[in-house]
Amino acid sequence: MVSPLQIIDADPSLACDPADACAVPGQAGSYTEEALAGILRRARTVAMVGASPNWNRPSYFVMKYLQRKGFRVIPVNPVAVGKTILGEPVVADLHDISEPVDVVDIFRKPEAVPGIVDAAIDIGAKVVWMQLGIHHDAAAATAEAAGLTVIQDRCMKIEYGRLSGELAWSGINGDIISSRRARILA
Amino acid sequence: MTTTEQPAANDTSDAPATEPETQPHPAMTSRYGIETRAVHAGTPPEPITGARNVPIYQTTAYVFEDADHAASLFDLQTFGYIYSRITNPTVSALEARVASLEGGRGAVAVASGHAAQLIAFYTLMEPGDHFVASRFLYGGSLTQFSHTFPRLGWQGSLVDPRDEAAVRAAITPRTKLIFTESLANPGGLVVDLEMLARIARDHGIPLVVDNTLASPYLCRPFEWGADIVIHSMTKFLGGHGTSMGGIVVESGRFDWSVDGKFPGLSQPDPAYHGLTFHETFGDFGFTMKARAVALRDLGPALSPTNAFNILTGIETLPLRMERHVSNALQVARFLESHPSVAWVSYAGLESSPSYQLAQHYLPLGAGSVFTFGLTGGYQAGVRLVEGVNLWSHLANVGDTRSLVIHPASTTHRQLTDEQRTAAGAGNDVIRLSVGIETVADLIADLDQALALT
Repeated sequence: MVSPLQIIDADPSLACDPADACAVPGQAGSYTEEALAGILRRARTVAMVGASPNWNRPSYFVMKYLQRKGFRVIPVNPVAVGKTILGEPVVADLHDISEPVDVVDIFRKPEAVPGIVDAAIDIGAKVVWMQLGIHHDAAAATAEAAGLTVIQDRCMKIEYGRLSGELAWSGINGDIISSRRARILA
Repeated sequence: MTTTEQPAANDTSDAPATEPETQPHPAMTSRYGIETRAVHAGTPPEPITGARNVPIYQTTAYVFEDADHAASLFDLQTFGYIYSRITNPTVSALEARVASLEGGRGAVAVASGHAAQLIAFYTLMEPGDHFVASRFLYGGSLTQFSHTFPRLGWQGSLVDPRDEAAVRAAITPRTKLIFTESLANPGGLVVDLEMLARIARDHGIPLVVDNTLASPYLCRPFEWGADIVIHSMTKFLGGHGTSMGGIVVESGRFDWSVDGKFPGLSQPDPAYHGLTFHETFGDFGFTMKARAVALRDLGPALSPTNAFNILTGIETLPLRMERHVSNALQVARFLESHPSVAWVSYAGLESSPSYQLAQHYLPLGAGSVFTFGLTGGYQAGVRLVEGVNLWSHLANVGDTRSLVIHPASTTHRQLTDEQRTAAGAGNDVIRLSVGIETVADLIADLDQALALT
């Protein structure tokens, strides 16, 4: 299993503290590559709220990809309790996770976000990550006030793929330009 | 991966309510200039060897890490390579580079410009669907649209793209796209892209623009509201007349799921185990579908060697286009003053009806492919193409070499006289593709050949 840190352009300056302001000044919803890479490089355990056991749902795609990159992904879904997804038992609630959680990755509609954020703060998660299409500015402000880093309207898989260069394998433009040799981290 | 999850019996994940977009987002911007991206985009150093130029991955297939990795690749759950009909690292580098130059989100490269049109239409159209296209198109496109596409169940209406009312009137409930060239081949017509984008937006359909003759150095249709851009990379992108290639670029801004017009993108796809492409891949859902279904099943893959040649060509695109347009303007001015020439249709000339639109959409130059008319008609055209020495008489455009053709007897000969005239390729018409040679030499050669007409 490779490390989840296999991000292209492994300049130490990129490993900034994810608690640093992520947003690009003046561009709401924009995040620096340094901030996103910092989160992905530090995170080990991801609680995926709204994870689906259905193989062709987007959350399943993301979970499988992140597992392959070395992340521990814990599926959270009250309706699927008792099942396992990709080998991981499903838990009903963030409070049911006994180990430290780095990132709470949200695959739920925006109305569900405030409750999830409260629980994320409660269990000491470091990052709240809302998937593509999900915004909740008030909940984001609550999380940031509690010291969490917040990403909205982004996909962990796509961002990992973009920053590692893998997204370009599908002909996708990630606006990554570098003449540095990527460092392979085993 | 988006989260527009549809509730399943055992699944609490569900769909966010999103408002349909009525205005286009700005095109993707880059921190880097277009000259930098022409050299660097898509081609970081190869990580294992450090090879600075992109290797030609002349391989058909790729070893899986293990069975689970193979399964993930076939299910599109991870990024990676399976088979070079679908993806190849050299081809991917080219796709990422052209997507970057156009300010697009993603791209699929294929074997030719015609294949690019087929792949784009196949991804958007169902049998019985309809499209509206400019009637001022490259003759090969007109033939493809008029004869071959109807056999796939796609009916088109060819309209004058300058006539807003005619374009609107041609749209039916089954219309799935509007198609135009940004700079028309061969007539030199510049199309009002913002007007067409407005019509497309009003009807919830994408504007598809063939940007071949302008190249992304001169015009970037996404900045004017287009949703998909197509190129024959055989022309200015490759630029050296070495390699065939085509590409389909997606802006990433079109909402394919808003009203059920595009079930192939917004509904579970039986050709891919019930995967819903737009929901799963978000702003590059079209690109993934075009690759994973249209390219996979129709099969017009681009060879990695051609991709390499085109990548190399693109590195000098900005430099070449500067010379192409300055040479073209000087040749056009020479022709305009020549007694054997009845008219010159170059959008860079003040006399052109497209001049104002060219200043707006193509401020760096109106390309280097244009037509002119000979006072001596059809026979004069034949004598001219047989009389030139430096200009090559052949059926291509966008080469470093200057090219000349008489469309009525070649590229447009399968059209009726009426269609030829409508397409700007009447019997007296000569088409030039002005190369990057010494412009005085180009003018001298034309001058001696015109004396023979």
